[in-house]
Amino acid sequence: MSDPALHGLPGEIRHDEVVAARAPWDHVLRKGETLRIVDVEGNQAVDFLLYALADDAERYSAQDTIAAQGNIFLKTGSVLLSNEGRPMATVTATNVAYHDTIGGACSCESNTLRYGHHTKSQHACVENFLQANARHGRGKRDMVSNINWFMNVPVEADGTLGIVDGISSPGLYVDLRAEMDLVVVVSNCPQINNPCNGFNPTPVRMIVAG
Amino acid sequence: MSSTADPYAAQAHARAQGGTRVEAMPTLPPGDVADLPPGVAADQMLWAETIAPGGYTAKQLGRGARLRLTDIAGDACASMLVFNAERPAERLNVADTLKVQWNAYLGAGKLILSDMGRVLFSILEDDAGTHDAFCGASNAAANARRYGDGDNWGDHPNARDRFMLALAKFGLARKDIHPCLNWFKGVRIADDGATVLDAGPFPAGRHVTLRAEMDLIVVLANCPHVLDARPAYTVTPLRVDAWRGPLTPANDPIRNATPEGLRAFLNVEDLYRR
Repeated sequence: MSDPALHGLPGEIRHDEVVAARAPWDHVLRKGETLRIVDVEGNQAVDFLLYALADDAERYSAQDTIAAQGNIFLKTGSVLLSNEGRPMATVTATNVAYHDTIGGACSCESNTLRYGHHTKSQHACVENFLQANARHGRGKRDMVSNINWFMNVPVEADGTLGIVDGISSPGLYVDLRAEMDLVVVVSNCPQINNPCNGFNPTPVRMIVAG
Repeated sequence: MSSTADPYAAQAHARAQGGTRVEAMPTLPPGDVADLPPGVAADQMLWAETIAPGGYTAKQLGRGARLRLTDIAGDACASMLVFNAERPAERLNVADTLKVQWNAYLGAGKLILSDMGRVLFSILEDDAGTHDAFCGASNAAANARRYGDGDNWGDHPNARDRFMLALAKFGLARKDIHPCLNWFKGVRIADDGATVLDAGPFPAGRHVTLRAEMDLIVVLANCPHVLDARPAYTVTPLRVDAWRGPLTPANDPIRNATPEGLRAFLNVEDLYRR
């Protein structure tokens, strides 16, 4: 029986891995390969950064991406730009209406502001990013505004914004085609104080094809 | 014989240039500036500089300093990076600044937050109301497309490469160029998520006044907004003034305005409790 999570992927499957709830993940994605991120159980925020493999001072830039496409939401067709204004990856398909790139990553420190100092010891996405990047000699200077796949951050007319209930569901996915050789760094978000994970962090599946 | 043919003549030639005044330059000491900010004594001044169109500057400011940016001719675009001067690994976090305050737009009473849950700046005054936390710095590729080039050594420098030069002088580098804020050019978010730019030009003299809540390095580039569609490289000089001021007291209205902001101030006060 064929796996519906593999449907429509180009070429052969080169990597297929489940990332545990709350865990970091990193992977080299070669130009032309497609990464499919599957929201296995639904409404699981996947915090996501990209670095150019050849020069990790070149990295995903939320601001350049927003400016170039003239919109804060990531959808099918969105081109993820670097801080040098170069295409790093393209959203070739997603069956979620839109994804976030303004909400940033949760951290122990920002949790103290948003929820109170009682949350300081909880795990957070910045901890995951720092851990995944530390394996490759990157550190705090390499933290920039990220993507949150499957996370919903609307902006109201008066400027009010916030992380609200998700619009994803079990099995939905996003496909990204690498436009250069990339390092993908992910935090499978452990946040339990807001609805970005439905208050219940769950695993996600990473499939690389090409 | 040329006036610079030997070292004696060259020295005299060079020294004769001293005292020249141009529009875009720092005044030293800053208290000598002809137009002191209202109510500020000359001996309290920390910084008085006019940044050229396409120019940049950077300075360390102490906790309590007031920093005023003035769009003196109505078409400045002040792109800003901010670091903790003691430990520059801590820096402005644009996403946290918006998310923690549940709001997309900067203005009087709002805070500029670091990635360590602390307040870098409070916004004391803002008579502009058009600012941008979404679109970031212009880059070399964007300027090359619009103006033919975007190089630091040409006529159309881009904000990102200006940041690179400014940071290099503090021992920082490309990896330290974090997402920035753009003062004076406005970006609003439409119902469908679209970014809507208000590039002006605006009335001359609009300003924002910030209060440094930590010891900071502030970096400014004054280049056209990355989405400014005008075909000519259009930007006017930016005036920067700073002066000494008292630390934020416990009963400060901005400090106490929101529970999130108050905890950010508590985190700052904890940093300096040493």
